[in-house]
Amino acid sequence: MHALHVSDLTVSYDKKPVLEDVSFSIPNGSITGIIGPNGAGKSTLIKSILRLIPSITGEVKVYGEPYAQQKKLIGYVPQRSEVDWDFPTNALDVVLMGRYRHIGIFKRAKKAEITWARECLQKVGMLGYAERQISQLSGGQQQRVFLARALAQDAMVYFMDEPFSGVDAATERAIIQLMKNWKQEGKTVIVVHHDLQTVEDYFDHVLLLNKQLVDFGETPKVFTLENLEKTYGGKIAFLQKTPSTEKEHHAHGHLAFESE
Amino acid sequence: MDTLLSSLSNANFQWVLVGSLLLGFASGVIGSFVLLKKQSLISDAMAHAALPGVCIMFLIFEVKSIPILLIGAAITSFLATQAIQFIINKSRIKTDAAIGIIISVFFGFGIVLLTYIQQNSTGSQAGLDTFIFGQAASLVKSDVQLITGGAFLLVLISMLFFKEFKLTLFDPQFAKGIGLPVSFLNGLMLFLVVAIVVIGIQMVGVILIAALLITPPLAARYWTERLGVMAILAGIFGAISGVLGAVISTTIVGLPTGPVIVLSASFIFFISLLFGKKKGLVIRRVRQA
Amino acid sequence: MTYTLWIVITGCLVGLTCGVTGSLLVLRKMSMIADAISHTVLLGIVGAFFVTQSLNGVPMLIGAAIVGLLTAFFVETLHRSGVQSDAAIGVVFTSLFALGVVLIAFIGDQVHLDVQHALMGEIAFVPWNTLQIGGVSLGPVAVWMLGGVLFVNLLLIAIFYKEIKLSTFDPQYALLIGVPVVFIHYLLMIMVSLSTVASFDSVGAILVVAMLIVPGSTAYLLTDKFFTMLWMSGAIGILSALIGYGSAVYFNVSIAGSMASSTGILFILAFLFSPRHGLVFKRLRTT
Repeated sequence: MHALHVSDLTVSYDKKPVLEDVSFSIPNGSITGIIGPNGAGKSTLIKSILRLIPSITGEVKVYGEPYAQQKKLIGYVPQRSEVDWDFPTNALDVVLMGRYRHIGIFKRAKKAEITWARECLQKVGMLGYAERQISQLSGGQQQRVFLARALAQDAMVYFMDEPFSGVDAATERAIIQLMKNWKQEGKTVIVVHHDLQTVEDYFDHVLLLNKQLVDFGETPKVFTLENLEKTYGGKIAFLQKTPSTEKEHHAHGHLAFESE
Repeated sequence: MDTLLSSLSNANFQWVLVGSLLLGFASGVIGSFVLLKKQSLISDAMAHAALPGVCIMFLIFEVKSIPILLIGAAITSFLATQAIQFIINKSRIKTDAAIGIIISVFFGFGIVLLTYIQQNSTGSQAGLDTFIFGQAASLVKSDVQLITGGAFLLVLISMLFFKEFKLTLFDPQFAKGIGLPVSFLNGLMLFLVVAIVVIGIQMVGVILIAALLITPPLAARYWTERLGVMAILAGIFGAISGVLGAVISTTIVGLPTGPVIVLSASFIFFISLLFGKKKGLVIRRVRQA
Repeated sequence: MTYTLWIVITGCLVGLTCGVTGSLLVLRKMSMIADAISHTVLLGIVGAFFVTQSLNGVPMLIGAAIVGLLTAFFVETLHRSGVQSDAAIGVVFTSLFALGVVLIAFIGDQVHLDVQHALMGEIAFVPWNTLQIGGVSLGPVAVWMLGGVLFVNLLLIAIFYKEIKLSTFDPQYALLIGVPVVFIHYLLMIMVSLSTVASFDSVGAILVVAMLIVPGSTAYLLTDKFFTMLWMSGAIGILSALIGYGSAVYFNVSIAGSMASSTGILFILAFLFSPRHGLVFKRLRTT
């Protein structure tokens, strides 16, 4: 059973095609990284799957049923920069927003929902900040609040848009731990990602995208130099292991790209 | 019709026609810069903020001398732009709210001063309220000469520095790199906007003068992609609106000039929106079919 | 005494209604849409007059709501077709407002509605225009209208509280979990139009804009809690009305203008002295 099935997805903006005929099927219980250069349409892909922007053609099925009927199973972590963090509210409140579908229209959050939201905050190590105004959280803490909100949704298929950008090492570890937990629970995770060096460590599946689908499949088979050249279209310099002090997991050396 | 003919032969009215034509042209050209700087609504704030300046000068000097009043207008207009910047830089208030705050508070304070003047000054100085909606018919010769001369000068400056403005608007970093005095040029553009607002308020009024900066360039945008052509086209649209407004409002008694000028400009915009060669809705539809 | 009281009540109701509604607009970065709608409802009022040949409360409210929605709709359509949003707002509201002003010039002699009135309102006349039912006077029409609109607005905010909050903070996420984001948007536009027209007659367009934008911005500098911001904005609106009325009487100047100026003074105070976001304390903390 595939968790997500996308066929012939085409999106254009102002008559310029942004995505053309993208089709793929993501197996249940996998962690997929969507990889591609800037402007390749990575965020556009997940937003059009989630119906946040209109697509011209395309069909999306979740566990074999049309997307519209399965919306309850979808969780989403948007890019942190997409919301205004000056908004007057606290961390707990943001997490509760993940429960609005369960709370229902017209109704207020019950005690059980609040307890649940607190548990989610605890899972990302943010319980101590529950009452903190969101404008006073660091970038990594804000990202973790967003993770907690996604947790609170209790979804089956999670979409994350660049969750690692601009976060501290502790948050990065928290995100990875969360993805692994989800995978163990049989959930599916789809992540827009731009750091090539970490791809092999984080994802068991890779989707290479540059306006069209370049390749999709298990990481060892798809994440190859040849495929990357196709995706990035530029010269690729494969550098030998560089003296990097911050990160230890660069077992495969540095991949650097110069696009033309 | 008779009134129109007799007006046309009136020397004062001929001056008004020339004035409104040049004023419209100048604001179209300057408005093109404003549009590209994405400061359309800031120009609206500058216009509204002119009112308290006019009133303060009247209270201080107690004469209705147009040049003095307009200097006041220029000062408070300029202050308004600085206040907007200051609020954005020094607090969490976002641009749109900052503009809204300045528009409403400056204008509200202007109304306070205006009513104060009306209550407390003797004689018939009440003419100040024509600054709100503009009245071409009430302009005397010296007013019109000021508008005409001023507008001419502003068009001249815009033409002289056109190349430099263009680069500064498009790529300020690069402009700085090749040694252009970018902050001077930005200051000069700000001066042009303040100046056009100030000389235009007698005819168009503080509430609607911004439309003369916003609408003609936006209409021109539907016909061309090139800044030079756009500025000239916006100037022509502005000039047509200015003349139409002056003629119609003088012919029909009781019609304020500003709103008629703005409606003329809106009409041109509407036509451009539909039939414009570059992005007009009809053209787009035809291409799609 | 009752005369003064009615004027003060009217001012406070304007402050409360516009303050609460406006705080939402400040958060949604739609202050200038509020500015635009406050100008264009004039056209709705004139239009209602052309249809009914009278300046009656209910048709006026309907006319204003329609034009308010049209304003928001036109701005969005232009924006979507590629015009920058501030220029789109500028061209739409100046056009519709100019049309309203020109139409008034044609009907001006038939009704008591002139441009001066539209801008500054005539709050001093509010107490004379009373609601009569069966020969009994029930107080000024303006107070009833404002009270009604306030009630409707508060009711809508209460019903859709968390939907409004989420679609303001994170509209995409709201869409994802099934909040009717577009519906909420136009609901707010209706609320703004209704508040505007109910206030319009007594205080005019300027004060409406001031009351919609400035108290909300002031509250935004004073609190980090959503609910607090709503009621605080309303309270600041009322306070501005009171201070404004007092000083208008003292200096014998325009009441509406004076109330608008008061919102500005309260804003400056918050801008400087807000404990967390004020300029003075921020500076003290950094040194």
